[in-house]
Amino acid sequence: MSIWIYIAVMAAVTYLIRVIPFTLFRKKIKSQLLQSFLYYVPYAVLSAMTIPAIFYSTGNMTTALTGTAVALVLAYFDLPLIVVALAASASAFLCGLLLV
Amino acid sequence: MKSDFLKGTADGIPIALGYLSVSFGFGIMAAGAGLSVFEAFMISLTNLTSAGQAQGVSIIASGGTLFEMAVVQFIINIRYALMAISLSQKLDESFTLPKRLLGAYGITDEIFAVCSASKGSLKPKYMYGVILVSTVGWVLGTFLGAAAGEILPSSVTAALGIVLYGMFIAIIIPPSRKEKSVLFVVLTAAALSCICKYFIPTISGGFAVILCALISSLMGAIFFPKKYDKEDENK
Repeated sequence: MSIWIYIAVMAAVTYLIRVIPFTLFRKKIKSQLLQSFLYYVPYAVLSAMTIPAIFYSTGNMTTALTGTAVALVLAYFDLPLIVVALAASASAFLCGLLLV
Repeated sequence: MKSDFLKGTADGIPIALGYLSVSFGFGIMAAGAGLSVFEAFMISLTNLTSAGQAQGVSIIASGGTLFEMAVVQFIINIRYALMAISLSQKLDESFTLPKRLLGAYGITDEIFAVCSASKGSLKPKYMYGVILVSTVGWVLGTFLGAAAGEILPSSVTAALGIVLYGMFIAIIIPPSRKEKSVLFVVLTAAALSCICKYFIPTISGGFAVILCALISSLMGAIFFPKKYDKEDENK
């Protein structure tokens, strides 16, 4: 079977999952419980995705913990996303150099 | 209005950098599974999702059925539906149907995160900016990985692995400082995620994230319901 048919199925299913709720929900949800729930969802998703995965993100627990600590401190002081993200990576990289 | 697009592109840069390293790995994997550079590139361009693509390639490589492909994609990517509903609540009035059809293409974990965190209502041009830059990173990384394999030293690719997580931390920490309800949700989700990882390893990663997010958000909504007008003020 052509690989392109597989790719078309993959793309179609993935797009439908995104587009149906995105276009269907046109009104503001009135329920306070539901509204609160949706307000917390992004933070919950990101937190669950980050912990504990970040500790394994560099293939070395020490460099990953260094990067995590740097990210936490810089984020605490409300620095821009790109600064926090790159500083985490740079500190993990430098830590990796020191370990060798 | 122009600045919305530029602001989006700027906020998309950390995503693009993270995507570059992740999709580089996907490119290597796709080439290893026997796909051409163009096929790998097209998968990334049409799907824009990491776990789903990796699983999709392994189904192609093993000659699975189209039904299997559809079901697996549905299960792995159903979390985007939750994110789409959440985002739909903060869309600007200018987000008409054609714009929603376009913007929906780019609902990924990371783009969702950045768009949710943006101040005020979500403007189409801002979202397009984030999506454009991110997508360039994603397909470029795929192309390089599939075409050139191991050109970056492993010390660099390893350190790039933390970029996206660093960005996530930058998104969740400031509101956790300001609102103890958000801190509660963040800590609960992290604790549940650790429990899934270390005590229930049979749950797949994508499913564990949905489960942890649903439970902790629901607990947050029950213990700390948001006041109607107060939320509008915050946004």
